[in-house]
Amino acid sequence: MSLFTEITIFVLAVFVGFEVISKVPTTLHTPLMSQTNAIHGIVMLGGLIVVGFANDGLEYVIGTIAIAFGTINVVGGFMVTDRMLGMFSRKPKPKAGADGKGGS
Amino acid sequence: MLEAVLKPGGDAATALYIVAFSLFIIGVKRGTHPTTAKQGNLIAAGGMAIAVITTLLLDGIGNWGLIVLGLGIGSAIGVIASVRVQMTEMPQMVALYNGVGGGAVALIAWSEIRHGISLGEEIPLDELIPVLFAGVIGSVSFWGSNIAFAKLQDLIPTRPLAVPGQQVINAVLLIGIVAACVDIALNNGDPSQGLFIAILVAAALLGNLVVLPIGGADMPVVISLLNAFTGLSAAAAGFALDNVALIVAGTLVGSSGTILTMEMATAMNRSVGNILFAGFGGAPAGGGGGSNEDRPHTAIGAQDAAIKLAYADSVTIVPGYGLAVAQAQHAIKEVADELEKRGVTVNYAIHPVAGRMPGHMNVLLAEADVPYEQLKEMEEINPEMPRTDVAVVVGANDVTNPAAKNDPDSPIAGMPIIEVNEAQQVIVIKRSLSPGFAGIDNDLFYEPNTSMLFADAKQAAADIASEIGNL
Repeated sequence: MSLFTEITIFVLAVFVGFEVISKVPTTLHTPLMSQTNAIHGIVMLGGLIVVGFANDGLEYVIGTIAIAFGTINVVGGFMVTDRMLGMFSRKPKPKAGADGKGGS
Repeated sequence: MLEAVLKPGGDAATALYIVAFSLFIIGVKRGTHPTTAKQGNLIAAGGMAIAVITTLLLDGIGNWGLIVLGLGIGSAIGVIASVRVQMTEMPQMVALYNGVGGGAVALIAWSEIRHGISLGEEIPLDELIPVLFAGVIGSVSFWGSNIAFAKLQDLIPTRPLAVPGQQVINAVLLIGIVAACVDIALNNGDPSQGLFIAILVAAALLGNLVVLPIGGADMPVVISLLNAFTGLSAAAAGFALDNVALIVAGTLVGSSGTILTMEMATAMNRSVGNILFAGFGGAPAGGGGGSNEDRPHTAIGAQDAAIKLAYADSVTIVPGYGLAVAQAQHAIKEVADELEKRGVTVNYAIHPVAGRMPGHMNVLLAEADVPYEQLKEMEEINPEMPRTDVAVVVGANDVTNPAAKNDPDSPIAGMPIIEVNEAQQVIVIKRSLSPGFAGIDNDLFYEPNTSMLFADAKQAAADIASEIGNL
């Protein structure tokens, strides 16, 4: 890929990121931060590539740690986000025993 | 089986990466609406699975033992940590995950430099410059996030810690880092690995020094900002490795994270620059707080509180971090249930930055099955305050401090607050009169219509619930 192709992709992605986030309800700030946090764990791909092309002992160690770090970021990030959002999806139970006050 | 390996940068691999990053964009978009958020997270996770599998199938990927080892260790830690973490500890968990992401970027950058040197060829600048950027930002993000984690976990004091000459040291470090980067870029035929490691260390120091002086109340914004930084550094790694999935995903996180950070800062009526460089650290921490035990205040017990609440028409509960620490969300829900049985209208007032992260309180109360309709945002509840009989502040402090409105010299001046002081009566459940996260005294505690109930939030709520039941 030429440098300018990459820069084009970069600039377009910047605008996509700006457009995608608009007026997020406060409730979702934490889960959304956590989800985007998991997405940057994609650097683990870099670790996979580095280990593939490593050619001395230290590079193997660095690459393996990078894979482990990136994987923690990805796996932990998505799971924690799922747990947080799971709490919202639970439907409010109809209030048994609450008398007459349910109106409006 | 691996006969059909994908060529790096080839059509098939690129096509799969395009599918992956499209799923990220859809996932983030869905993550902004309450009804689709959970689905959005799964879609993004699916995109990640595609990206990882595609990479594993690339020609030239090898050393499977190490790859399996790294994936295994990372998955085990990630799964165990996210299953065991308490909802209250979510903010520091996100900080930690963000930190390891930044750490991975810095390590990859280091490895790329070593690799380039060992080949003995000139490293092209369009690869070297992104590598330098990734190394610096990754290292700042790793160490900054660790400090944020340590502060939120109370491993180090949450109050602003200032080093003398702070701004000068930071500036010197930054100039040194930039100069060293320029030196490496100019010698791209034979860059010095020692100098690159020095850059990583200087960036680590900078990450520590930038986050240490920031008070705990600003930490959510800082974590969000570091999240955006890590995204950008991942994009830089993508430039260096010619990997389109990394470029798009990293940039997406960088720019969406920036917007999210600004939204959070706006909710606190502060600018990001103000938080980073002036902070609450600029004000004398706990100023005038030394004699607060002597100021007159009204202390009451659980029984008095129960009576006030039971004979009210409308009660508004204002939760804060103390509720999270005490795990009092279920006990508070019991109080609300008892009150509703008696026909009292109960609402919850949620300050946008109550707790340690925006949305923190919503997560906790949802865990306790509090109906979503009862959670009122600040703008919605403040006009109702004068008509509220009793406002119950549970473990919240700075977000109710009237000084933010009345005292232009206060360090939190201008921060929007829940105006509980407008309510007919206020009950504050708190362990002591000590100042909150921002380190400043709260005038609310000494108002004539405020009663203090000194207790652990969970215990107090349980006592009040049973007292109301006995009435």
